[in-house]
Amino acid sequence: MTDWTADQPIVRLRDVHKSYGQVEVIRGISMDVMKGEVICIIGPSGSGKSTLIRCINALNDIQAGSIQVEGQEVHDPRLDKLALRRKVGMVFQQYNLFPHKTALQNVMMAPIKVLREKPAEVEARARALLKKVRLEGKENHYPGELSGGQQQRVAIARSLAMQPDVMLFDEVTAALDPETVKEVLVAIKDLAAEGMTCILVTHEMGFAREVADHIYFTDRGVIVEHGPPAEFFTKARDPRTRAFLDQVL
Amino acid sequence: MAHRSPVPTASGTLPVLLPYNPRGPAYDDFFATRWLASIPAWWLLALAALFPVMALAQAGAAESPLDKLVRWAPFLFRQGFMFNVLISVLAMGIGTVVGAFMGLALISRLRPVRAVARVYVTFFRNVPWLVLLFIVLLSFPFQFRVFGTTIPFPGWFKTVIGLAIPVSANIAEVVRGAVQSVPTAQWEAAESLGFTRRQAIWQIILPQCFKRMLPPWMNWYAILTMSTPLCSLLGVGEIISLTRQAMEAEGNQPELLIPFYGFALLLFLAYCYPIARLTMRLERRFAVKT
Repeated sequence: MTDWTADQPIVRLRDVHKSYGQVEVIRGISMDVMKGEVICIIGPSGSGKSTLIRCINALNDIQAGSIQVEGQEVHDPRLDKLALRRKVGMVFQQYNLFPHKTALQNVMMAPIKVLREKPAEVEARARALLKKVRLEGKENHYPGELSGGQQQRVAIARSLAMQPDVMLFDEVTAALDPETVKEVLVAIKDLAAEGMTCILVTHEMGFAREVADHIYFTDRGVIVEHGPPAEFFTKARDPRTRAFLDQVL
Repeated sequence: MAHRSPVPTASGTLPVLLPYNPRGPAYDDFFATRWLASIPAWWLLALAALFPVMALAQAGAAESPLDKLVRWAPFLFRQGFMFNVLISVLAMGIGTVVGAFMGLALISRLRPVRAVARVYVTFFRNVPWLVLLFIVLLSFPFQFRVFGTTIPFPGWFKTVIGLAIPVSANIAEVVRGAVQSVPTAQWEAAESLGFTRRQAIWQIILPQCFKRMLPPWMNWYAILTMSTPLCSLLGVGEIISLTRQAMEAEGNQPELLIPFYGFALLLFLAYCYPIARLTMRLERRFAVKT
């Protein structure tokens, strides 16, 4: 392992550039996330928020710059991807549960098949996690039998089963009904309260204001402005941030 | 004065280009099975019921052709038709295993592997089956010598291989299509949980495709079974060969043709018709729900 210590940023981005062909979607983003922090990334559609978060667990590659998780360079070709993915969990907008497995099996699959842990231990942990996201009694339901909010909470439990140090949430409530958004946000809030490092891309401004330690506003591939929520939402300086906040608040 | 349309159109229709829609079922892989499944069941029952009447209509000799058929039927069924079933099952088994790996090779990340698989699949999907059977029959030795022991390699097993090759090429396409029909989000979810590509294919992607692959797989089994009489041309003692021999033994009277070959036809219909019906039913059911 590297000589990373807990007082250094757990996720560290330096001048990250990413382009799809000729289109540059991230144009030099730097960011530090400390252990236990909750970071919200907001901004208009197409500003590169989701791309950025996907770069952190190497689902997308980058063209220039550096991304480090616990001191380990993510875009090193020699990177042990499994080691990275144990540390970084990810929840997607469309849940992406495995449709042929029950809720419990979805949660248990990766620890058993990837980490080769003992099924009995994993099952106890998986049941506890499902209980934590308030899905007791839904263990043997298939994803198709669950509502969007329930599926998304299974997805959160599935990601937590790998016992990650950082959780990435990519617009996890964007595909949900307004009524079910809340149950997912409560689950994330519980997680944040326990000290999990969370990086969220979100359009839920009220939620961002409530739980975030730090808010980043991105537009056209750069960070326009960032700060703690109290300051960010009231004393935004940049005209682009103000225009955006006027629209969404 | 309005311009006259060169093709008859309903009055008032806007001159927009409608999608080209050929009449009747499209000529795709399901062509034969769809046609077979579209025959109403009572037609076949009526055909089976009328069969003795048709056979008797040609009667004239002391022992009617139907009596002769009744005498031969158990032999033709057990020695002949069951052999066809055996050939089809073995060819399907080999074709499925080879086809599954070929299908995965088609989506390999290694370009040379993909290229080799693409050539194999394209070639063997399009080559005439009978030509392939002759090539396999004539180019393979009749026995192998492995470590001093002689392993016989009978003609009928060569036809199994000859039939398995085109089946494997078609199954490869089925596997490729099914794997690529799974949303990429599933791959990403698996990847973000630390699954390697191989683990993702075997544990997450293929189990989901299983349902989707079943109808085309059964379709190919029906096609294969209906093709097993090709083996008679290569001298394998399956039902068509035995039927011909039986008729020769009975003096080669022309009035034997319809009852004897009709019996073989009915056996194939009785075996393949339920498979075709089930295939089309599953195809419709899985097409709606993914």
